[in-house]
Amino acid sequence: MKKKVEGRSYQNRELTLGNRIRRHKASYIMIAPYFILFFLFTVLPVLISITFSFTDFNVLEFPDFTGWDNYIRLFLDDDIFKIALKNTLIFAVITGPISYFMCLIFAWIINEFKGKLRAFLTLIFYAPSISGNAYVVWNLILRGDRYGFLNGLLIRFDFMQNAIIWMKTEKYVLAFLIIVQLWLSLGTGFLTFIAGLQTVDKNLYEAAAMDGIKNRWQELWYVTLPSMKPQLLFGAVMQITQAFAVADISIQLAGNPSVNYAGTTIVTHLMDFGSIRYEMGYASAIAVILFLLMVGSNMLIQKLIRKVGK
Amino acid sequence: MARDYMKPRRRIFRKQKRLNRSMAGNVTLFIFMGICAVFMAIPLVMVVNNAFKPLDELFRYPPTLFVRHPSTDNFNDLMVLMSNSWVPFARYILNTVIITGGGTLGHVLVASLAAYPLAKHNFPGKKLLFNMVVLSIMFTYQVTQIPNYLIISLLHINNTYLAVILPAFAYGLGLYLMKQFMEQIPDSLIESARLDGASEYKVFWTIIMPNVKPAWLTLAVLQFQSMWGNTGSTFLRDEQLKPLQYALQQIVNSGPARQGAGAVVTLIIAAVPITFFIICQSSIIETMTTSGMKE
Repeated sequence: MKKKVEGRSYQNRELTLGNRIRRHKASYIMIAPYFILFFLFTVLPVLISITFSFTDFNVLEFPDFTGWDNYIRLFLDDDIFKIALKNTLIFAVITGPISYFMCLIFAWIINEFKGKLRAFLTLIFYAPSISGNAYVVWNLILRGDRYGFLNGLLIRFDFMQNAIIWMKTEKYVLAFLIIVQLWLSLGTGFLTFIAGLQTVDKNLYEAAAMDGIKNRWQELWYVTLPSMKPQLLFGAVMQITQAFAVADISIQLAGNPSVNYAGTTIVTHLMDFGSIRYEMGYASAIAVILFLLMVGSNMLIQKLIRKVGK
Repeated sequence: MARDYMKPRRRIFRKQKRLNRSMAGNVTLFIFMGICAVFMAIPLVMVVNNAFKPLDELFRYPPTLFVRHPSTDNFNDLMVLMSNSWVPFARYILNTVIITGGGTLGHVLVASLAAYPLAKHNFPGKKLLFNMVVLSIMFTYQVTQIPNYLIISLLHINNTYLAVILPAFAYGLGLYLMKQFMEQIPDSLIESARLDGASEYKVFWTIIMPNVKPAWLTLAVLQFQSMWGNTGSTFLRDEQLKPLQYALQQIVNSGPARQGAGAVVTLIIAAVPITFFIICQSSIIETMTTSGMKE
């Protein structure tokens, strides 16, 4: 992060830390309500999760310290966790980047339109992500009998004779979950890109045309993207975090547990141990892994995007 | 030369005079966008149509996308279900109003109050605190779910509205967006108010807050979306405290016999946040222009 030049008159280097803190009493009072709650419900829970992950804890009795046992069990003995980890990674590696580029490309195309049409298109693409549990209609599309839309369509046009029970057939489960997740994924990141595209300085385009940019694709690559890098970074965080958290759609569409665990993700595994089996120490270890995966991949991608154009 | 030919298109495509745009490219994009828009819209079109389908159409083979004989049977069914519910339905609605209203209002206030010093003051620890907030938007609530339950139990606010409302005050994304938006307010505006003798609180209320209206509308809409979807299942045990979302989900989950009423419920659950978004769309887009992460 670049250091900002501060123009404050009262910002004096000779002041001691204590003095500076006293001077900013008003600032601390103003941030206090938020940060007290933030520590209580975000920072502290992360620390507690990490602590619990080294214990055996069933909520009723005082936790027993067990060292790395939970992690050893997780990676060596828990076959379902391996499936969950594999599914989550497949999910993240596919839906993360694809949804990111979907957000970017759709936002870019929408930006070519104007007025009401643009607002309308924005709504169409954004609506699924805020429509609550409307994704349950995918149950009707993917229903396993002839009444399902997909089966009905495929049978009517003679692609097949009998209905396929899509969400109970192992090889289809993950693919359909990915499609539904992509349908849901044009959220905050998408809005950020739409907004970011509008802030690009129009003069840049004219200057670029003088310099020999010939079509809209070159314009996108050489002018638009470099000037909306901050939005690209923020959008990446939104899409990556979302890609790792998939759980509800899996439970609603594939069931929990799903057929041969084909739709099990880290979060559904976490819910299994946290809210059904009450093995809180073990569940905390899963939560810590999830935390490290989410934050780690976010940090990595931030580094990569920052490098673009340097 | 091609200009006259393209004249009528000017209204659809942004600036025909814009550089580096070809007709063929425009048409391709228009068609591509149309196909994608249909794919995105079909499930939601189904939601709307299902709500108006009479029972025999819901179970028709082959299934149809559009309703043939729209009826309000499903709405009536839902009304009957609502009036027969054990806890009066008005109670669920009141709970939702308290939870979403309280959570949204509190979040906007608390987050704006904290965002102002983070954006415009230079106090020790500011960078560290803000970086922690940025870190917090990199993971989801599932990570902290278990300890959160314990903390809420220890605070003795389990099974009260506060259990759902208080944690919502401190969402990271809202503070982040608000702080980024406030940074664009010119310092001179604040300085001149200070010279007039205004306290920091006065600056906040009279200069900052009126200038960040799009941002607090955005925070309100985003917060509303997440509060609206909250069923309160972990923290609210009493039936009298449960929000509308919970009651509605019960109807959806009660099997094929209530599929008609369930279809209406799905429509209502989706329609409310979408309506709010339509109303506030331009403010939200304006807020998002400042959402970028600094390099």
